[in-house]
Amino acid sequence: MLTISHYLILSFILFSIGVAGVLLRRNIIIVLMSLELIFNSVNISLAAFSYYLQSLNGTIFVVFNITVAAAEVAIGLAILVSVYRTRKTVNVEDLDEMRY
Amino acid sequence: MDIWALLIIPLVVSVFIALVARKNEELSSYVSIGAVITGFFIVLPYVLKLPGDPNMHPIEQAFTWIDIPGLKVEMGTLIDPLSIIMLFIVTFVGSLIHIYSRGYMHGDPGYSRFFACLSLFIFAMLGIVLSNNLIMIYIFWELVGLASYLLIGYYYEKPSAADAAKKAFLVNRIGDFGFILGIFVIFYATGTFNFIEIEQHIAAGHVSSGTLTLAALLIFCGAVGKSAQFPLHVWLPDAMEGPTPVSALIHAATMVAAGVYMLARTSFLYAAAPDAMVVVAYIGGFTALMAALMALGQKDIKRIIAFSTLSSLGYMVLAIGVGGTGAGMFYLATHAFFKALLFLGAGSVIHACHSNDIWEMGRLYPKMKATAVTFILGSLAMVGMFPFSGFWSKDEILSATFESGNYFLFAMGVLTAFITAVFMSKLVAVTFFGEKKYHGHPHESPYVMTVPLMILAVFAVIAGFAGFPGLEPNFGSFIHTAASGLLEHGGRGVHAEHRFNFMVASLSTVVVLGGLVLGWTIYSRKGMKSDVMEEALPFTYKLLENRFYIDHIYDTYLVGWLYNGMARILNYIEVNIIINFVINGMAYFTRQTGKGLRLTTTGQLQNYAFVMVGGVLVLMIIFAAIF
Amino acid sequence: MEGFPVISAIIAAPLAAVIILLFLKDEMLWLVRAISVATTSFCLALSLYMLWAYDKGKGGYQFVERIEWVKSLGISYHVGVDGISIAMIVLTAFVIFTGVFVSWVGVKQRVREHYIFLLLLVAGVFGVFASLDLLFFYLFYELAVIPMYPLIGIWGSANREYATMKLTLYLSFGAVFALLGILSLYFVAGAQSGVYTFDMLAISKLTLEKGYQIKVFLPLLFGFGVLVPLAPFHSWSPIGHAAAPSAVSMLHAGVLMKLGAYGILRIAMGMLPEGAQFWMPYVAVLCLINIFYGGLVAMSRKDMKFMIGYSSSSHMGYVLLGLATLNYIGVNGAVLLMFAHGIMTALAFSLIGFVYDQSHTRMMYDFSGLAKKLPFVAIAFAIMGFASSGLPGLANFVAELMVFIGAFKDYPFQTVIAVFGIIVTATYMLRCLRDVFFREPQDRWDDLRDATTFVERLPFVVLIVVLFVVGFYPAILVDIINTGVVPLVDKINAVPHG
Repeated sequence: MLTISHYLILSFILFSIGVAGVLLRRNIIIVLMSLELIFNSVNISLAAFSYYLQSLNGTIFVVFNITVAAAEVAIGLAILVSVYRTRKTVNVEDLDEMRY
Repeated sequence: MDIWALLIIPLVVSVFIALVARKNEELSSYVSIGAVITGFFIVLPYVLKLPGDPNMHPIEQAFTWIDIPGLKVEMGTLIDPLSIIMLFIVTFVGSLIHIYSRGYMHGDPGYSRFFACLSLFIFAMLGIVLSNNLIMIYIFWELVGLASYLLIGYYYEKPSAADAAKKAFLVNRIGDFGFILGIFVIFYATGTFNFIEIEQHIAAGHVSSGTLTLAALLIFCGAVGKSAQFPLHVWLPDAMEGPTPVSALIHAATMVAAGVYMLARTSFLYAAAPDAMVVVAYIGGFTALMAALMALGQKDIKRIIAFSTLSSLGYMVLAIGVGGTGAGMFYLATHAFFKALLFLGAGSVIHACHSNDIWEMGRLYPKMKATAVTFILGSLAMVGMFPFSGFWSKDEILSATFESGNYFLFAMGVLTAFITAVFMSKLVAVTFFGEKKYHGHPHESPYVMTVPLMILAVFAVIAGFAGFPGLEPNFGSFIHTAASGLLEHGGRGVHAEHRFNFMVASLSTVVVLGGLVLGWTIYSRKGMKSDVMEEALPFTYKLLENRFYIDHIYDTYLVGWLYNGMARILNYIEVNIIINFVINGMAYFTRQTGKGLRLTTTGQLQNYAFVMVGGVLVLMIIFAAIF
Repeated sequence: MEGFPVISAIIAAPLAAVIILLFLKDEMLWLVRAISVATTSFCLALSLYMLWAYDKGKGGYQFVERIEWVKSLGISYHVGVDGISIAMIVLTAFVIFTGVFVSWVGVKQRVREHYIFLLLLVAGVFGVFASLDLLFFYLFYELAVIPMYPLIGIWGSANREYATMKLTLYLSFGAVFALLGILSLYFVAGAQSGVYTFDMLAISKLTLEKGYQIKVFLPLLFGFGVLVPLAPFHSWSPIGHAAAPSAVSMLHAGVLMKLGAYGILRIAMGMLPEGAQFWMPYVAVLCLINIFYGGLVAMSRKDMKFMIGYSSSSHMGYVLLGLATLNYIGVNGAVLLMFAHGIMTALAFSLIGFVYDQSHTRMMYDFSGLAKKLPFVAIAFAIMGFASSGLPGLANFVAELMVFIGAFKDYPFQTVIAVFGIIVTATYMLRCLRDVFFREPQDRWDDLRDATTFVERLPFVVLIVVLFVVGFYPAILVDIINTGVVPLVDKINAVPHG
């Protein structure tokens, strides 16, 4: 029997993987993908709570999130491409223009 | 209404000269002289009525100046025998000095300015005399200070004159510091500034004696400043930096007389505060003796007369201190004549010799007879020789002191009289007789200068008879009326005016004669080029010449070390500690902190994210621990 | 002129002029100046009209205008004047009127922008003095403070960057505390009465709890006190004066510092009577630092502007002492002194500026004997110096006298120190007069020019005449100030002592 806890644990694992990816990977594409992982972990828990609480709010949020995430990925990738074009790198450590 | 005109005319004239007639010297001098003479003729009818009505009821006119809840200040005039006599002296002597100035200041580039200031001076002085309340007297008191500042600093390009003017103003300010506090004490004790009302309150016993003593002493500070009593006497000798007519005005009719007048005006206060009176008497007696000694060591003709003024003022204050207000005012009146005479005479001499040093004069008598004769008459009045005016008035003071029972002060007074006789005879002997030491060709001054001298000389000789004991009512009885009570409550505390004391009179005559003979024998010797005292008693002479080093002590220690030093220390604290250390230090600390924290801005996205996640984790732990 | 919005006109006129000036070209110097002069004359005329038309018998707030602004938050544009505000508005009008002429002579570059900021500032000052709404009070207050930054930073003299930064930081810092106090008043008063409003009149009708009053008085006192400047937060002021161009120094010392005292009087004391009773005795002690310390520091300063700067903070000490008396005489004196000192110090800075613009030094030891060369300036300076040292016949004397009489009752010791402060003032003023204007003239200053033209002389003459008129006939202001002071003091003294 799958309980809410299983979904939340899955969500937590995905979230942790995502955070680790964001923090540790140097390739900006991977960072972006890890970000998506975090998003989806949130979506899973939202969906799980929606079912658990028998409320549509969570589902609406999930749909909303997916839409926003799609738009965000589109913009993110676009920025990424233009960064790669100008800087010839996808390593986040090299992108420190805002340094003191 | 004529009384207000008395006050307004000089002010209007002063403003008129300053704004309109600045370029027209003749007009300036005429309106200025006209103003003071008009004042004299306004006062004259009151003076003439006085002998017929010695107990005249005071006339008061006032309008409201400030009126808020709890504070009502009036501007008003009070006409009683005291103010009438003073008005007479101010306008009469003032007129003569104005006329004299026309000649003396002839050709000076600041001629109009001079007369504007003179009129301002007369305005301020008349204001003091007419005041019916303490605030008004304080206002005009300060204006007299201003006028004296402008006139002493008349030759403002001369550093010594600029310094002297500043000194006079500031030293007076120190006295006024006490004066204004005294006014506050009185105000909170009685709720009014008006003289008559204050007197009523005191007479009714509403004010505790401690408060009265405090108020009397504080108000006396004002007189110490303005009438140049020890320890604030230092400005008066320096005030010689002004043109000579100004010295005459300051010394004879205005300014210094204001202090004594104010004491007479508030004598009801002193009568009720016997402890304060003792202080007043000792300050007066001490000043008289000290100044007479200082005069012995001076060479400058004006300075000698200046110190004699100091000494005379000491006498007047002494008189008030022993309860002889009438005697003090009587001396003030006679003093005004002979001191104005002496100063104007000195001015005439300086005008002729172009020097102030008496050791550069000598044998001037044949050259300028009018000046010399009037000067000698003035000197005789000054030393108090029978039957000149100074004799009667000084005698009253001495007998008042004697009868007050304070024989120490009496001895001081007599000693002062002796020393005065010595240095006045020296002054006359060295200046007008003795060896010829002047350069060039001195000649008699024009009539515009000598005629005022002659008029003053007449008064210097005869004015004393106003206080002649046989005359009834005499001078003393007017003042007695004024001083012992603007209201009819008898002479509580004020001694009844003194009768002629034959013993005192003969003693003082003998002493004065002795002094004159001594001075004359020493200083009329042939072939004397400089002061014998300088060789005979070098140390004493040095001490006297430098005025007991009092000025030196003030300048170096009080002003130089204490006052300026304190300012410098505070400035150091302000600049180095407060601004540079504390405030700029705070700014520096902020800046350095910013510089340090800036290093955390690595530009590495993942660093920021790491910190954020770490922060969230920490918060989670904290929340978990709490709930 | 019944129904004419006098106060709004006074506030709006400078703002309108600012908008017009924004659209002018820099080269249209003549027009720029003409507009500024016209605007400030208009404000002066209206303020004098208010002085004349104010009904002293009726008292209270008059010429009141009120427009709801944000109803839900209880904010409204609410202006009106009582005796105290009228005196302050007249002062402001005189200072800006003369200031425009001083800038005419003194400011030679970026004239248009200079006048824009100047007028902006003065609109704020008028607004503060007339506001009856706390939020508008604060907005106008900031409007008055902020233009100081460019005014000193762009047109200032030596060390201007430091000065303007320091000044702005200090004043913003103070303003934050004042805002804190104002917001607290809004919420607490709102909670108590159930109606949340920034209306000063409504709030001052409430009786707030004593402990709260004492607590909230402090940020208000401190916030406005920085602007006064209350020692030891005064160090922005002398350097601010020194670096600012003449007209700005005039406004700064003449008017801006009075904003602080006005804030303390109107908001802190007016709304928190028990707080006033609790804290003002401490102010009576603190102000001695202003008076004594400020005076002695002024005495050892050689730069004339610094001297006047410290002198100003010293004289504001008398204002604080007067306010601290909490009685009719002292508070009346304090308000009158705000007026008198404003005029006198404006005169001082305009004169020093006039000399400095030609000589490029303000050090006393660089000068001597200027009276020969600049008789007019010398006389005006002497009048200023004597006014400052409290000579009768000039406005400051009456004000200081009232402060002293008022203070002597409860604070005799402080009064003694304060009266001594007058001697200190006289010392440095006369020293300055002696060193700069008296003694032998020097050749190096042969090129200095006296104030001769109408534009040069007008500001000096106007300010001197005001000093004399108020000095000779103080009732002209005292009577009207008194109508504002009496209800305020009554309110403070109505609460039981202790």
